[in-house]
Order: sequence, then structure tokens, then C-alpha cells
Amino acid sequence: MADEILLQAQDLTKYFPVTKGLVLQKTVGWVQAVDHVNFSIPKGKTLSLVGESGCGKTTTAKLILRLEQPTTGQVTLEGQDVHTIDGDELKKYHTDVSAVFQDPWSSLSPRMRVRDIISEALIVNQKVTKVEAYERVDLLLEQVGLRTQQATLYPHEFSGGQRQRLALASALVGNPKLIVLDEPVSALDVSIQAQIMNLLKELQDSYDVGYLLVAHNLATVRYLAHEVAVMYLGEIVEQAETNELYDNTLHPYTKALFSAALTANPDSQREEIILRGEVPSPINPPSGCRFHQRCPYVMDVCSQEIPVRKEMAPGHFVNCHLY
Amino acid sequence: MTTSSEVYKEPEKKIGNVVLEVRDLRTYLYTKWGVTKAVDGLNFEVREGETLGIVGESGCGKSMTALSMLRLAPKPAARTVSGQIILDGEDILQRPEPEMRFIRGQKISMILQDPMTSLNPVYSIGNQMVEALGMYYQGEDNKGLKGRAVDILRKMGVAAPERRIIDYPHQMSGGMKQRVVGAMAISGTPRVLICDEPTTALDVTIQAQYLRLLKQVQADTGVSIIFITHDMGVVAKMCDRVAVMYAGKIVEQGELRSVFNNPSHPYTKALMASVPSMEHAHVEKLYSIEGQPPALFDLPVGCRFANRCEFADAKCLEAYPPMFQDEDGHTADCWRLEGQWKKVAEATT
Ligand SMILES: Nc1ncnc2c1ncn2[C@@H]1O[C@H](COP(=O)(O)OP(=O)(O)OP(=O)(O)O)[C@@H](O)[C@H]1O
Ligand SMILES: Nc1ncnc2c1ncn2[C@@H]1O[C@H](COP(=O)(O)OP(=O)(O)OP(=O)(O)O)[C@@H](O)[C@H]1O
Ligand code: SF4
Ligand SMILES: [Mg+2]
Ligand SMILES: [Mg+2]
Repeated sequence: MADEILLQAQDLTKYFPVTKGLVLQKTVGWVQAVDHVNFSIPKGKTLSLVGESGCGKTTTAKLILRLEQPTTGQVTLEGQDVHTIDGDELKKYHTDVSAVFQDPWSSLSPRMRVRDIISEALIVNQKVTKVEAYERVDLLLEQVGLRTQQATLYPHEFSGGQRQRLALASALVGNPKLIVLDEPVSALDVSIQAQIMNLLKELQDSYDVGYLLVAHNLATVRYLAHEVAVMYLGEIVEQAETNELYDNTLHPYTKALFSAALTANPDSQREEIILRGEVPSPINPPSGCRFHQRCPYVMDVCSQEIPVRKEMAPGHFVNCHLY
Repeated sequence: MTTSSEVYKEPEKKIGNVVLEVRDLRTYLYTKWGVTKAVDGLNFEVREGETLGIVGESGCGKSMTALSMLRLAPKPAARTVSGQIILDGEDILQRPEPEMRFIRGQKISMILQDPMTSLNPVYSIGNQMVEALGMYYQGEDNKGLKGRAVDILRKMGVAAPERRIIDYPHQMSGGMKQRVVGAMAISGTPRVLICDEPTTALDVTIQAQYLRLLKQVQADTGVSIIFITHDMGVVAKMCDRVAVMYAGKIVEQGELRSVFNNPSHPYTKALMASVPSMEHAHVEKLYSIEGQPPALFDLPVGCRFANRCEFADAKCLEAYPPMFQDEDGHTADCWRLEGQWKKVAEATT
């Protein structure tokens, strides 16, 4: 691979304990939120995670951001294990890696003015004066399509979509190498989505920043991602370069996922595949292939053996007994 | 892959009489810069079993419209200064506040944009659902209510609901939280259900499931749905009619196909053109409308889209356009339609 690797997840796993009892908490099981996941993000490129609600995308993002500690496995940024650093290295990590979350409230403190929220990371982690920081805030507000006069407002004085733009400005403030984007545009209306998506691409081109993109809108993903990993119940079941994946879905789950995507055409005759059954619980995931109970192509072997990862075309991987 | 998998069939649609009629609704916010005209003279109606989509730019007043219908616009800043909200023949703006508590949930119910604002982080999902259900099933004991909660969660596609019911909101994924909120909103069998961006946090298979569920609930109960979204794909799938909002006003309204296949306001046209596609590789930049909508506390006298409109001329800057209508009842506020469509209302500002 010619690209320089920025971030790598190796064998990354996160289990959450399921406890019982109020006083003496006894662990009665484990939520297998992320299970032996491997991927890498090259410098300046975008990897997207897509998949069913609860499949572990946000947990993966949190592991990268050090908001969760891995059960096993590791995350490295430019070769350095991010879960063992501290002191100045940790400060540097917090400017190198930032995030825009699904829920814009989570990154916006309600009691602070927008310009103080946005410049906080800069003032804490880098030696920057308030004046310099505020100048940068003004620039960023304009870059994300807001007015500089809005810098002195509080988050509740903005609409949902405007708050998402504030979150993006906050994420950009320290010139990061990687931004974790968890549903960055889904709360915005279409014309602003187009602006922000163009903006994300421009920023990537000019700053060479890498993105880990979590998004449910497959059109957004096609537009922004260089590579896509499809997750199901904590595991990556298919992974490929974006256009290769969209033109040639292999895993039955990926096929169902892509068939459920909606288009803006009211007369669209696209066939929607209904998956059988409920999403199985990640507490005791199904044996063998975790998708076997809902899969239209299920075979005997599927419930018995875990499918191994196969490379079907250069860089196109799938975990399925059909192949 | 059609062999053993089912292909989805839509439930049958039955559209009845007008249930909700909104006339000249205006909700203004009194802020330190002046009057923010978040909802500025809206007119629309919804029939029994019908779904009306409301789409529009971020900050144009969609959520404020929804909140106004429940009389929950944030006080003291917000005030509904004029209009009527006629539900089953009665103007609910005239009802006393204690009665509103009954109307909310039993008559008009809402699923919010952000599920965290409807869920209390310090109580388990089960406790919150039991409390909500207790309002509708008075006299029923906790065990019975818990059973109902488990049933509704299962209906909403939550796995192992009897175990998940002891979870707290932070232990659930975004999709699961939204299903819990949806379950709570339909538990009172309301006449009108307002959904404010209920599927933005969901991935596509769950969204498809959620939308199918809403359609099924609608087919079973005849509930009218007002669906607020910015996702044109969701509108195409869900709505019978659509209203396009821009800077506090509805600028275009009509049957779904009429509006989508023949967008007549330049804003709607631009909106339709900026939807990315998942069918093609993208090489070029996405089409995007330049500029920003005007501040709602500093609105121009003319057409509110004029500063971004490629067709704007002197007239557009001088006066807000009247409402024009074609033969199918499709309406739009744009001077370019003068002479082509019939003028049905004078400008309302
Ligand atoms: N703190 C926690 N304690 C216990 N379980 C958790 C915790 N956080 C997440 N989980 C569980 O881990 C699984 C993965 O959750 P995660 O939030 O990563 O999903 P997701 O893919 O981001 O879903 P969505 O698309 O709905 O946001 C879910 O089953 C969730 O309930
Ligand atoms: N509490 C408040 N005080 C003052 N202004 C407010 C308040 N809440 C909202 N606004 C303003 O009212 C206008 C309408 O906001 P609203 O939340 O209805 O927008 P929206 O159409 O729902 O947008 P989005 O798609 O981003 O959710 C916005 O311009 C916003 O800035
Ligand atoms: S491995 Fe088997 S069960 Fe899993 S997706 Fe493939 S065919 Fe279906
Ligand atoms: Mg998530
Ligand atoms: Mg809103």
C-alpha cells in the first residue's frame, strides 16, 4: 500500500458487562459491542463505518477518541498506542484527533458562549492567546457558514442544524490530523448537507486530514468515503474501496442494507428486502455467522462455523460462507 | 435476492376528512435583536390517515411550528401572536392550559428530533414507559403496565425487551432510544402524530422498519401524521402531501408527486438538485445553494429567497409574492408564476 497509514485498529474489542443486583453487582453476561475489528485509515483519507443501529459504530469511534478503554486489541495513531499515552503526548493527541458527534449537544456546553466553547481546546492544549483564539473562531464560523456576530451567543439560541455546524467548527479548531464524524450531516437539511459535504472534502484536500465517518445515509457515504466497512453486531462483515463496494455488494446483509436506502424519486420501483426477525441481541450473539437467522441464503454451515475473511477482489473483503 | 426473502407491500391507504386545520399561524420569538419571525403566517391542513411532510432549511421554523401546535414553544421568548389550530372543529389555541395537558398525548402527540430530550437520563427505560403508559391505562397495576411496555418495545423491534427494560438511556444506541421514544408517543393512540426528524439517527434498515411501522400504525388507527424532515428520500417514501418551508413561511405546497416531479419555487428546485445519489460515483462537487437564508429577525421586504435566487429581479426585491395555484391545487409563492398560475391569495406580510 502506497498510502501512509494514519490510524490503525488491530483486533479492537469492547465488551460491556451486563450486571444484575443492586448492591452486589454480579456480571451475568457481556454486550459484545465491538468484536475483533481491524481497519486502517491512510493519511488524508476517509473510512466509513456503516451498519445497523447498535452494531458498534459509535463504540468504535469512542475507542479511537479514548472515551472508552478497549477490552483487547489496540488503536495506534502514527504508530503510537493511543491508550497508553499521557502528559504532553495526551494533550497533543487531543488536538490531533477531534470529533463531531451524532448528538450536537454532547460537545456543546450549554452555559458557555459559542466562541468560548470553540476556542476551549485551543487555549487548553496549545499556547494561544484569547485574542488569537477568537480570531480563529471568527474565521471558522465563516467557514462553516455562520455569521461572526453569532460568536457571542449560547448554543440554545441556535437551531439543530446550526448547532451541528458549531460542532464542526469546534472540531476543526486545533488543525487535527483525524476527525471522527459520527453522523455529521444527518441533522442538516439537504442544501446545507451539500455545502458541508463539499466543505468536508475541501478541508480534507487542503489540510490532509483523515476522517472516520459514521453515517447511515449511503449517498453521503458514497460521496465522502474512500473506503467503506460494513458492520453487523460488532463485526466487520464486508470492506472495500467505495465504488467497488457500491457496484458489487457481496454479503447478504450488505445487499439488504443497500436495498433499504431511499431515493428522492416518488415513482422509484426499487425492491425493498425485508430482513426476517429482529436484530439479535449483542448480549448473546448468534453462533457461526451472526447474520444467519436473518439471512435469505442461510446454509447449514452458517450456524456452525464462523466465516473467515476472504479477499474476493483486490481490497474487497467479505466474511460469508457463500464465497 | 428475491427467492426466500419477502418483498415489502405497502398497507392500504385510507384518507378521510380534515382533522387538523392550521390558519395564519404566527409564532414570534422576542429576543435582544428584535422579533424573530420563526413561524410567519402558515396555512395547511391534514386529513385523517394522511401524511403531510414539512421540509426546509435548518432554522426555517419547522420545530417551532411543531412546538406551537402543542403550545410548547419556549417561554417566555416565544409567543403565538395569531392564528388558529383547529383540531376536530375546535381551536386549541383557545383552550385553557390544564386542558392542553390532556390534548397532548391523547390528541396530538410528538416524536422529537433529539431522543435524549424526551428521555430522562436518571430513570430506566422501563420506569419511564410505565409512567407514560400509566397516563392512558389508569387503574392498571405496575406489572400490567410493564407487560405493555415490553409488548410495545417488541413491536418496535427491540431485541430481548424484557432484559433491555432495566437499561438507562445512556446504555442504548441512538436507534434504540428513538424506538423507545416512538413507542411512548403512540401509546396514547393520538389523532395527530407530529414526527420531528425521528429517523435522522437511524441507519437505513432500521429507518425502513420504523417508517413501515409508522405506516402500519397509521393504517390501523387512521392517525394523521405531520412528518418533519430534511431527507427527500423519506418524504418520497412517507408523504401524501408536502409543504416546503423557507424563512418562516411555506413557499410551496402540494401533492407529493406534483411537488417532486414539478418543483415550481426556485428554492424547491435547488433543493431537489442538491440531493446526492448513491447510484453513481461522484466526481464533481455537489450542487449547493450559495449564501444563507436571511436572519428571521431582519427579514427583507421582498421574497425571502431573493438574495440566493438565480431568477430574482427588481419586483422580487420590492414585495413578497402572492400565492399562486395550478389546477391540481399545487401552490407556490413566487413572482415567476404570475400569469401562469392563478393568484389565490395576496402576500401575507
Ligand atoms: N455504556 C454502555 N454500557 C452497556 N452497553 C453499551 C454501552 N454503550 C453501548 N452499549 C451497547 O453496545 C452496542 C453498540 O452500541 P453503539 O452505540 O456503538 O452502536 P451504534 O452502531 O453506534 O448504533 P446507532 O447507529 O444506533 O448509533 C449496543 O448494543 C449498545 O446498547
Ligand atoms: N429559544 C430560542 N430563542 C431564540 N431563538 C430561537 C430559540 N429557539 C430557536 N430559535 C430560532 O428560531 C428559528 C426557528 O428554529 P427551529 O428550531 O424551528 O428551526 P428548524 O426549522 O426546526 O431547524 P432544524 O432543521 O435545524 O431543526 C431559528 O432561526 C432559531 O435560531
Ligand atoms: S455466512 Fe451464511 S448466514 Fe452469513 S451471510 Fe453468508 S450465507 Fe448468510
Ligand atoms: Mg451511534
Ligand atoms: Mg428542528
